[in-house]
Amino acid sequence: MISQSDNVVKLNSINRRMFILGAAKIVILGGIVSRLFFLQVKENKKYLTLSDKNRIREWKLPPVRGDFQDYFGNTIAGNFESYQLHIIPEQVENFRYVITRIKDILDLSDRRFKRIIKKQKEIKSWETLIVSDNLSWEKFSKINNQLYDLNGVKPIVSISRNYPYKENYTHVLGYVSQANEKDILSNDTIKDKFVQGLKVGKTGLEKTFENKLIGDNSIERYEVNAYGRRISQLAFKDGDKGKTIKLTIDTEVQKFTNQLLADKAGSICVMDIFTGQVVAMHSSPSFDPNAFVFGISQDNWQLIRNNPMKPLVNKTLTGNYSPGSTIKPIVALSALENKIVSTNFTVKCEGKKDMYGQTYHCWKKEGHGFVSLKEAMKQSCDSYFYEVARRLGVDRLSVTAKKFGLGEKVFNNLFENEKKGLIPSTAWKKNVLGRNWLLGETIITGIGQGYIQTTPIQLCLMTAQIANGGFKIYPKIVLDNGDEDNKKDKFEPLFKDPKNIKIIQEAMFSSTNEIRGTSYRSRIKDPKYQFAGKTGTAQVKRITKLDRELDLKTFEIPYEERDHALYIAYGPYKHPRYAVSILVEHGGSGSSVAAPMAKKLFKKIIDRHEIRNNFNNKRYLDI
Amino acid sequence: MYLHNRIKNNNNFFQKIKDLDFILLFCILLLGIISLATMYSTDGGQLLFHTKSHFSKFVVFTILMLVISFMNIKIWFSISYLAYAVVVGMLIWTINFGVMASGSQRWIDLYFINIQPSELMKIFIILCLAKYFHRKRLENVNSFYSVIISLIIIFLPMSLVIIQPDLGTSLLISISGILVLWFAGLNHKYFFYSFLMSILSLPFIISFLKPYQKLRVLTFLNPDRDPLGAGYQIIQSKIAVGSGGLFGKGFLKGTQSYLEFLPEKHTDFIFTLFSEEFGFFGSVLLLIIYAVIIYRIIVIGSVSRSYFSKLFCYSFGASIFVYIVINMSMVLGMLPIVGSPLPIMSYGGSSMLATMIGLGIVMSAKVHSQQAIA
Repeated sequence: MISQSDNVVKLNSINRRMFILGAAKIVILGGIVSRLFFLQVKENKKYLTLSDKNRIREWKLPPVRGDFQDYFGNTIAGNFESYQLHIIPEQVENFRYVITRIKDILDLSDRRFKRIIKKQKEIKSWETLIVSDNLSWEKFSKINNQLYDLNGVKPIVSISRNYPYKENYTHVLGYVSQANEKDILSNDTIKDKFVQGLKVGKTGLEKTFENKLIGDNSIERYEVNAYGRRISQLAFKDGDKGKTIKLTIDTEVQKFTNQLLADKAGSICVMDIFTGQVVAMHSSPSFDPNAFVFGISQDNWQLIRNNPMKPLVNKTLTGNYSPGSTIKPIVALSALENKIVSTNFTVKCEGKKDMYGQTYHCWKKEGHGFVSLKEAMKQSCDSYFYEVARRLGVDRLSVTAKKFGLGEKVFNNLFENEKKGLIPSTAWKKNVLGRNWLLGETIITGIGQGYIQTTPIQLCLMTAQIANGGFKIYPKIVLDNGDEDNKKDKFEPLFKDPKNIKIIQEAMFSSTNEIRGTSYRSRIKDPKYQFAGKTGTAQVKRITKLDRELDLKTFEIPYEERDHALYIAYGPYKHPRYAVSILVEHGGSGSSVAAPMAKKLFKKIIDRHEIRNNFNNKRYLDI
Repeated sequence: MYLHNRIKNNNNFFQKIKDLDFILLFCILLLGIISLATMYSTDGGQLLFHTKSHFSKFVVFTILMLVISFMNIKIWFSISYLAYAVVVGMLIWTINFGVMASGSQRWIDLYFINIQPSELMKIFIILCLAKYFHRKRLENVNSFYSVIISLIIIFLPMSLVIIQPDLGTSLLISISGILVLWFAGLNHKYFFYSFLMSILSLPFIISFLKPYQKLRVLTFLNPDRDPLGAGYQIIQSKIAVGSGGLFGKGFLKGTQSYLEFLPEKHTDFIFTLFSEEFGFFGSVLLLIIYAVIIYRIIVIGSVSRSYFSKLFCYSFGASIFVYIVINMSMVLGMLPIVGSPLPIMSYGGSSMLATMIGLGIVMSAKVHSQQAIA
């Protein structure tokens, strides 16, 4: 039995221990309260932010892309309202049924249908499934009529890129298409503004000015739960549209160049010889960039890609061509500048000449007889220029050519794929090819064959700088881009003696406007439109003895082996304002194919010039 | 016999009602209301399953508690060993025929209710040890024999729970048992040495832990090592509590919980939700209610004549305190995550049943405080 005293001892013990533990409890409770205080009062801000970060999520909407405008403010790349069809799968009771109904209504192909089904399985049930991103109005209204039967289907009016002038501006503007991984990785702005379905510039100015054009995302702020489901919308912030970019191009002229080059492969560019503004720049054939906005179909893509006329190549900027006889003004100028020849210097052309164990032919088999500089330019006598080039040497020629803009990019980095062309020199050959320069190569360089390569835009710039009296200009295609106007050496003279430029100008005039001139047939008598030019016919392949004997007409030669037809010109002759370069790939001779185009083109350009001038003046009056 | 007595002696019955500890009762009811409101919030502000179920359990178990209060404490004394044996039997039954849920076998299917014997063991181990030490002379408490017996009483259910597996509950059971040993007067040095031992063997024990348990320990040490995986619960819980601030986000406005960022918000993490919605003041108020309950339990223990009642009340009060502390420390990121419910607040029938039985016995000790137990 437990004794009384033992009980007392036991009770003392238990009460003592009770107090020890009670004290410990109070300490521990204090610990918990202080922890609560630390989390809820001291660190409250931090955890409140974390909690908001948890529950608030922002959705970016595709930004509205900025427009492109031509010189007169016409929109040449804008946006239009496209009709789209979205489905939110979780709001659909019977997805199979609905999607099959839609397939019937929209007449979707099986491939497209399968892709939609696949996409539906990839996304979360409350995310938007884009069934179609560009519906015709008919189909859109058809869907709207059937909506009572299609729960969870949402017809949406969205904003997409539109090129109203279709193929006319493709090579200048490029096109937009769905942003891919490469676009996102190479451009931080795209990465920053990326949303599902964002379209970005893939080529041309659309790509160059991506960061200016792209605009700001509109932002929708939602409260979401732990699984990312939207619970309620908290805020909406409207994004800004991208910047509008004005070009120097005149749509009327641009369209006209397209008509001139219809069914031909080639390029036309028109440039203001004082301001350097590009009035038209076209490469043919072109394609409709609207087809790329919603993803081009495989068949159409193959059609464009495999076209032998190469619509994807911007021939104006990326086509390296032998300039042919269009280089002759520079060769003559270089010879005059270096005092190799004078206007009195003559060469006897006998149709062909043997030099250094090679026979060099003039295009005229019977020869031109004795020709001076002016006569040689007029009739494009090759023998004269063989001799001049031989005396001049390739290095001095290349100095002059480079001065006038050949062998350098015309637009700097404006177009990512612009080519530099090639102006050969002895040092170049030694460094690049590792072989010594041969004199024979100098001789053919004198008529624009051999290593020498130029792009049509370079030829246009060269012509413009001869036309304006030999002063340096910076071509521009984007109005108010700033940096061209601030160049220090703008309007610096490129000549040693202004008389030399005058001689070349007169020679070019005679080539077009005097009898026996190569483009005499394309002349315009009216001084308002009168222009001066130089034809060029660039050989694509070496002319063999057999070819000379056969003397085939252009249409008898296979397309790939036909000569390129070139023509450079400026006008009006009395008060020059515009320079033009025309290239027709495999077109035949410059005088029969390219020069007649210039005749039509100059009428258009000069007519448009007044409107352009008036537009300018009116702008000043407005202020 | 007991029922017969009660009906016969009306005077005695009303006397018993008078003798109830009304402060304790008030606190329990208040806690019940708070827990119901919180449960209502976990259901997203609707009267759904959890709220209804919790309500009915609370009503039934409160009535059960009152019934127990009127039972003579002697009865509990006499059936202590039996109750312990029954629950041990249930634990063995659980191992063989228990209901599997989320990877462990913790429940017995009683057809109308699933019961978790390990929760009941938290109470009955106190009862059993209290009876064992009731008769022991103080000098005998530290005898080799009684230490071994009491350790067996603790280790038997503990090991049965560990193999379910349920580390958290088995730890709580052993802590309850150890608390009784402490109050019974076991020499301090035992506690000191075993504490030292467990510290030294900690790395050894950790190597025996299951991978998910190791992960919990690692996560506790650095929750940011896997914020979307193992660390998710604790990070989200801290965010919820911390974002509550001084006055909370308001009833039914806890964004962390109703946007479903909080895991286990009905059970182990109920305090997180409460704390998010009612802030620091609400949390301290809840702690005060718990403190008052524990304080009343201790007071009842101190006024009880019998050593058994005293031992039980003190140990039970301390156990409740330990449950609360462990649950809150876990929720506040001060301890690794172990499954331990917050008494009465958490959803879960067995836990509430055990707590209410314990409170009933305490209440009975108050009503029968002058009852001597031979």
